[in-house]
Amino acid sequence: MTVPVLNASGCLDALTAPEVARSLDAFVTKTVTPLPREGNEPPRFAETDRGMLNSIGLQNPGIDAFVANVLPRLHELGVQIWVSVGGFSAADYASVCERLDACDAVEVIELNLSCPNVEEAPETAAELVQRARAATSKPLYAKLSPATQDIAETARAVVAAGADGLSLVNTIRALALDRRTLAPALGRGAGGYSGPALGPVALACVFACAQAVEVPIVGMGGVSSGSDAVALIAAGASAIALGTILFSDPAAPGRVRNEMAAEATARGHESAAAIRGAAHDIGVAVVS
Amino acid sequence: MSLTASRPAEARSLPSRQLLGVVGRDSIGPYTLLRLERGAVDPGTPGQFFMLEAPGRLLPRPMSLCLAPPGELAFLIDAIGPGTHALRALEPGAAIHVLGPLGNGFDLDVARPLLVGGGIGMAPLPYLAEALGDPPVVLGFRSAGHAHAASLMPHAEVVFEPRLVTEVLPDDPGDVLACGPEAMLDAIGARVPGAQLAREAPMACGYGACYGCVVEIDGHYERLCVSGPVLRSS
Repeated sequence: MTVPVLNASGCLDALTAPEVARSLDAFVTKTVTPLPREGNEPPRFAETDRGMLNSIGLQNPGIDAFVANVLPRLHELGVQIWVSVGGFSAADYASVCERLDACDAVEVIELNLSCPNVEEAPETAAELVQRARAATSKPLYAKLSPATQDIAETARAVVAAGADGLSLVNTIRALALDRRTLAPALGRGAGGYSGPALGPVALACVFACAQAVEVPIVGMGGVSSGSDAVALIAAGASAIALGTILFSDPAAPGRVRNEMAAEATARGHESAAAIRGAAHDIGVAVVS
Repeated sequence: MSLTASRPAEARSLPSRQLLGVVGRDSIGPYTLLRLERGAVDPGTPGQFFMLEAPGRLLPRPMSLCLAPPGELAFLIDAIGPGTHALRALEPGAAIHVLGPLGNGFDLDVARPLLVGGGIGMAPLPYLAEALGDPPVVLGFRSAGHAHAASLMPHAEVVFEPRLVTEVLPDDPGDVLACGPEAMLDAIGARVPGAQLAREAPMACGYGACYGCVVEIDGHYERLCVSGPVLRSS
């Protein structure tokens, strides 16, 4: 058993970089919404000393064009497809899930419950999951924001509502100022913070949720090496997703996989999967 | 003026990222010509770009190829922020990761080429001039000091502010291939339909992954790294 390596939603376009998508165990799409979205005005990203901010704003062609034009081309790549779903109400999430439920090419639906760059739906994460659950029988992963008082509580609520797994974590809202003008560096003001600075935040969320629920967790946030990945696995993740590192190193999936394997071997394990939950004093419930 | 993609975005394979040694760095007026060993890297079509690792920074920086001397790739760097300062500080013996060539370069099938560059936007023009057999060139700079960079193109007609390159364009400029600040490209595009304009935008990845480099093309936000960076005025 090996640890699957995915991309974080919005950090790879399989159609402009098919080789990179094929180097993953599953490709996660950019978030799809009911209607097409142009996205936010530029500048859309800013580098900071330990990470980067983005405010793309869920630019996507909408579910109709996605199903008609994008999904068939993704399917041809021969890699497992996870579709990230977003919206501005529970009805939005449910309608997109219902469309995807009919698509054989879709393996898993990931609910983006926490984009920091658009207006949020008024319902709670659990309510959104519940409506999505009713609309599809496909596996549902809930992607949660780290910016919450008690992420373990949110995790329990979304699992009770029908989530089959968790994607932890989304970016966290942050602000960068142009140091010359002191104006916000991004066109929309604040953005989502990712990269190495998010690593310890993700680790805390994965650790807390792994103790709270018994569903698989895709760990993500600041992973740039096998060592970073092993830390998330030790905290309770059963799969890893790469985000910001893909921007500088498209070959990161293979490299991180090799580094994980080398670290597992050095620790006397056959695979990094054996390290799952090692960070917890008393073994965390492990599910396959 | 509106812009169109210079050609349809087509699927092409992503080059693999290579570690290239620094051969040298030369001062060119206020800019720095960073020379890397070429290795097995394809220099690509003029106007295409490469993502250069900026040591100590999270994200690489997009740079169009300035010159391709035998065995080398040379990039013209304007040190304006932490990434470009890190690139300017590279010394022979160091090595950086390089991804490219990326994007759509200039269409070289032109009858009467006229190259127009503004400031650091002159970067892709020496390599382009070589490919087109030394066509006429107009370069504009913000000061006489910056105009020293024109030493890379000794036959160019050079102007600096308050004079603008658009003031010295001939009435019938032929096939214009330009790179420079947005205002300059807008002015050229408004005057010369079909001009090839190499746009610039900050890019986090350079290969379509991040959606950070969008510009308005045909009324929609499109990724410059995929649809450009060379666009056509219409």
